[in-house]
Amino acid sequence: MRLEVDIAGKTFKSAAGEQHDVIAGVTFALNAGEAGVLVGPSGCGKSTMLRILAGLDPDFQGRIARPAGARIGFVFQEPRLLPWRSVEDNVRIAAPLADDAKLSALFEILELKAHRNHFPGELSLGLARRVALARAFAVEPQLLILDEPLASLDAALAARLRDEIAILMDGRSMITLLVTHDVDDAVRLGDRVILLSPRPARILADVPIRTPRSARGDAETAAIKSEIMRRINGSPAKQDAS
Amino acid sequence: MPRLLSFAVFLAIWWIAALLAGDAKLPPPPAVLGVMAAEARSGDLFFHLGATLARVALAFTLAMALGAAIGYLMGRVRLADRLGDPWLILLLNLPALVVIVLAYIWAGLTEVAAIAAIAINKLPTAVVTLREGARALDAALDEMASVFALPPWSKFRHVVLPQLSPYVAAAARSGLSLVWKIVLVAELLGRPNGVGFEIGVAFQLFDIPLLLAYSLSFAAIVLLIETLLVQPFEARASRWRPRAA
Repeated sequence: MRLEVDIAGKTFKSAAGEQHDVIAGVTFALNAGEAGVLVGPSGCGKSTMLRILAGLDPDFQGRIARPAGARIGFVFQEPRLLPWRSVEDNVRIAAPLADDAKLSALFEILELKAHRNHFPGELSLGLARRVALARAFAVEPQLLILDEPLASLDAALAARLRDEIAILMDGRSMITLLVTHDVDDAVRLGDRVILLSPRPARILADVPIRTPRSARGDAETAAIKSEIMRRINGSPAKQDAS
Repeated sequence: MPRLLSFAVFLAIWWIAALLAGDAKLPPPPAVLGVMAAEARSGDLFFHLGATLARVALAFTLAMALGAAIGYLMGRVRLADRLGDPWLILLLNLPALVVIVLAYIWAGLTEVAAIAAIAINKLPTAVVTLREGARALDAALDEMASVFALPPWSKFRHVVLPQLSPYVAAAARSGLSLVWKIVLVAELLGRPNGVGFEIGVAFQLFDIPLLLAYSLSFAAIVLLIETLLVQPFEARASRWRPRAA
């Protein structure tokens, strides 16, 4: 089980007919059980990259090697639930094979037990995200893709949801790919942080985190975080001069 | 309650108008009701209503099924849209009478000709409505369905159909009223039974109570089907929507 990503280039044609380079060259590979985090500024092409990885966008230069027939769990930036189906049905439609006990456990962890029969239109963004997470985990994915799962939530809620995601990730061995612009989330959830440049995206640095997620203390988290911040802010030219 | 009141007002206006106009032009409600009862007793009323309803049901189903399929295709496939569009504009603007007369000339005064003519009249409006629905399908949900590898039937049932159902309801609603109008013309011109045929007879004999008896029975059936079938379907299809006005 291995995900190999080699995107040599991706261009967009705007409505006005101009060509825009979105991705300049991104190559990395993830093994089973590994959680990679893509960190980069807004609009650097992270979401585009995820769509290519999931096979939604075949129009790019390069190559993606996914395990054949791998089940994908995808948490989109907007929850993308079916508004005309209940919370439970939304999960069951994506994961028809999931058994009741497993779903109950999932709803328990994500605090959705009281909302099984609600329609998505009756949920707050935080709850709708949780449903999208439940759906992605219910399919028992071999490849889990999370696109900014904590964006536009208040800090306390984001922290709680992040812990819940960590619990779910620990409960299953799969390849996880998370996209975020928040270094703190990246360090707390990932095993490897891949830093991306502004558009067109290139890899600036690939930082492995050796301590397992559950064993990371606050001090260590802070240390890794400052290391990453240094890499983001420090320009290579300055380092050459010193 | 408001419905009953509006029915009572209708009866009152009719009665007053009947008194002013005189029996020869507009018979009062009891006279028409009497004819209606007599026709019902002899079984003629139900026979003719049944014949008309059967034609409506067949033509409506045919036009909806074909119209939905063609409309969906035209909304999703650009080439189909380009090829079909001139035909659609032609059919939309072809007078119903032309279609009916041509159908009777080419296929004879047969049931098939009548039903086909009615269906052809309704078809283009169903196509146009469903085409809009297919164009408005949410690409984000489409991506969700393909990432999670939903089987085609599941995708159709849970992702596509609920998005199309307001359009299906709109096409059904406008199509049904169109079919109600056209079926009587088709019957008048070339069928030996049905409400349209009876109205033709009443017209030739200048039998106004008979004419009104059949027209009003027909109107009652239309109202009944609208309230018992079409409206509940619409309510069910939009039950997930946060309640609007």
